[in-house]
Amino acid sequence: MNLNFATLADLQKALRDRDISATELTQHYLTRIEALDPALNSFISIQAEAALDAARRADECLARGNARPLTGIAIAQKDIFCLQGQRTTAGSKMLSDFIAPYTATCSEKLADAGAITLGKTNMDEFAMGSSNENSYFGAVHNPWDPQLIPGGSSGGSAAAVAAGLCAASTGTDTGGSIRQPAAMCGLTGLKPTYGRISRWGMIAFASSLDQAGPMTRTAQDAAILLEHMAGHDPRDSTSLNEPVPRFSEGLSNNIKGLRIGVCREFFTDGLDPLVESSIRQALAVYESLGATLVDVSLPHTPYSVSAYYVIAPAECSANLARFDGIRYGHRCLDPENLQDLYQRSRGEGFGEEVKKRILVGTFALSAGYFDAFYHRAQKIRRLIKEDFVKAFEHVDVIAGPTAPTPAFPLGEKAGNPVEMYLQDIFTISASLAGVPAMSIPAGLANGLPVGLQLIGNYLQEGPLLQAAHQFQQATHWHTLTPPEAL
Amino acid sequence: MNDLVNETTLVELSTLAALPFEPDKSKATLDALNEVLALVGQMQSLDVSNVRPLAHPLERHQTLRADSVTETIDPSALSQNAPLYEAGLYFVPKVIE
Repeated sequence: MNLNFATLADLQKALRDRDISATELTQHYLTRIEALDPALNSFISIQAEAALDAARRADECLARGNARPLTGIAIAQKDIFCLQGQRTTAGSKMLSDFIAPYTATCSEKLADAGAITLGKTNMDEFAMGSSNENSYFGAVHNPWDPQLIPGGSSGGSAAAVAAGLCAASTGTDTGGSIRQPAAMCGLTGLKPTYGRISRWGMIAFASSLDQAGPMTRTAQDAAILLEHMAGHDPRDSTSLNEPVPRFSEGLSNNIKGLRIGVCREFFTDGLDPLVESSIRQALAVYESLGATLVDVSLPHTPYSVSAYYVIAPAECSANLARFDGIRYGHRCLDPENLQDLYQRSRGEGFGEEVKKRILVGTFALSAGYFDAFYHRAQKIRRLIKEDFVKAFEHVDVIAGPTAPTPAFPLGEKAGNPVEMYLQDIFTISASLAGVPAMSIPAGLANGLPVGLQLIGNYLQEGPLLQAAHQFQQATHWHTLTPPEAL
Repeated sequence: MNDLVNETTLVELSTLAALPFEPDKSKATLDALNEVLALVGQMQSLDVSNVRPLAHPLERHQTLRADSVTETIDPSALSQNAPLYEAGLYFVPKVIE
C-alpha cells in the first residue's frame, strides 16, 4: 500500500490488521509535511508532539483490541476549528496568537472516534476567499502545480490531502469553500445539509450559511468521516436534531433508476469548454450505470451570487464585531482612547478582503438600504430554495460543474474581485438553500482536476454519497495524484 | 448604477463598523465597495414583492434552553488571550475623564 495516498478506509484496515502502527503512520505524514509543506504552505501549525503522543495511545488501544472507528487515522483540521490549548488563527493576524480555550464539537467528536490531528491548515482569512490568497500566513500552493491556487477558503485542507500529507481533513463551506478547493485539488469534498454538523467552536463567518464537512480522497472516506462529525449539539442552537445514518453502509447499492437532474443554468457562457466536456462525459458515465438524466431548471441561479454577497457580508459584519482588541485578538499599540483602540486594532488585525466585506455588510444593514439590499437578498434566498424544492420533486440528485474553470495562476484574479466571486457561481445556490452538495473528481482539463458537483435534497447525504461512490467505482479520476515527486 | 458609496458615506460606514477611515486608501476602498455593490445591484431587477424573506434555510426556529449556566471555562484560559488583563479585569484606555 502506498501510504502517501492511501484512503482512510484502507488505513483503517491496515491499522486493525497491524500492518502499520499509528505511530508509523503519524510519523510518515509528519516527515512528508516537513519535506513538502514549505513549498505548499498548507499548514499554519503542526502539533507533532501531541500527534505522536496520541498515536502511541492509539497503538495501545489497537494492541488491546478496543480501537474506535478512527483510531490511529491522522487528519488535518482547518484552522477555523478551536482545539483547546492550541493556536487557532482563522488565517488572520487578528487571531495570530489566539489559544483556543475549548474544542469545537465536531473536532471533539472526531477525537472521540480516535482520529489524530496532525495540525491546523491554512485558509483564507475568516474563510473569506476562493483562492486561499487572503491568508495572513501566505498563499497556499496547489500540489498539482505550485504556480496555481488550490481554491479556497479551505485551500490548505485541500492541498494537504492532495499532496498526501494526511489521510483526510476538515473544511468549512459558506459559499463553496469545501467544494471548490476539492474540485481544484482533485478531491472529494462534502458540504452537508445546513445544521448537520455543529458550528460550536467553529469560528463564525456567516452563521446562516457556515457548515463544516469532510475533505477526502473518496466518497467512502467522506461517508466515514461524516458519520463521526455529524449529530445534534445542544450547544449550537441551529444544530439539527436529526438521526445520523450510517452513511458508509449502502454505498455499494447500485444506482439504477436514479434520476439525475442536469441543471441548465449551470452550463453558461462562463464555463470553460474543457470543464464542460468532462462534466458531460461524467453524466454519460452515470447513464451507463443506469441513472436517468433529466433536464431541470433552477431559474434564480443567476441571482445567487448577488444575494450571497449581501447576506454573507451582513452576517460577517455582525459576527466579526466581537473582535475589538479587548478580551482577545490583536490590540494596537498606545491607543488614545477606546474608539481609537477599536478602530486601529481592527484596522491592523483584519486584512483588506475582510474589511471590505465588513463594510459591504454594514452598508447592507444600514438605515435606508436594509430593505433594498438585505431584505431583498433574503427574499431571493427563498426563491432559490423554492427552485430546489421544485426540482427535487422530479429528481433525486442535481449534477453540474463545481467551478467554471480548473485552478488558475496565483495572483491572476487578485485584482478582479468580481471575477473571483464568480468562481463560486455554481456552489453558492446550494449554500443559500442549505441543501447538501459535494464535489468529486470527474476528469482533467489540461492536466488539472475538474470537479463534478452533486447536490442532494435536505438531509439526503446518503443517496448523494452513494451516487458519488458508484461513480468512483466506475472511474479512476479520484485515484489520480499530483505529478512530480509528490 | 451610480456609485452608492462616496467618501462621506465611507466615513460613516467606517465609524459604524469600528474600522479606521484611511484617506490615502479611500479611493481604492470606494472603488472596491462600489464594484461589489454594482454586482449585488443585479438583485434589483427581480420582482420580489410577494415573496417572504428567508432567514433560516430549513425554516426552523432556533431552539431555546433554560437561562442557566451549563458549562464554565477556566478564567486563566481566557485571560491568556487578553492583551491587558490583571486581577480578573480587562484593561481598556480611560473612558471617563
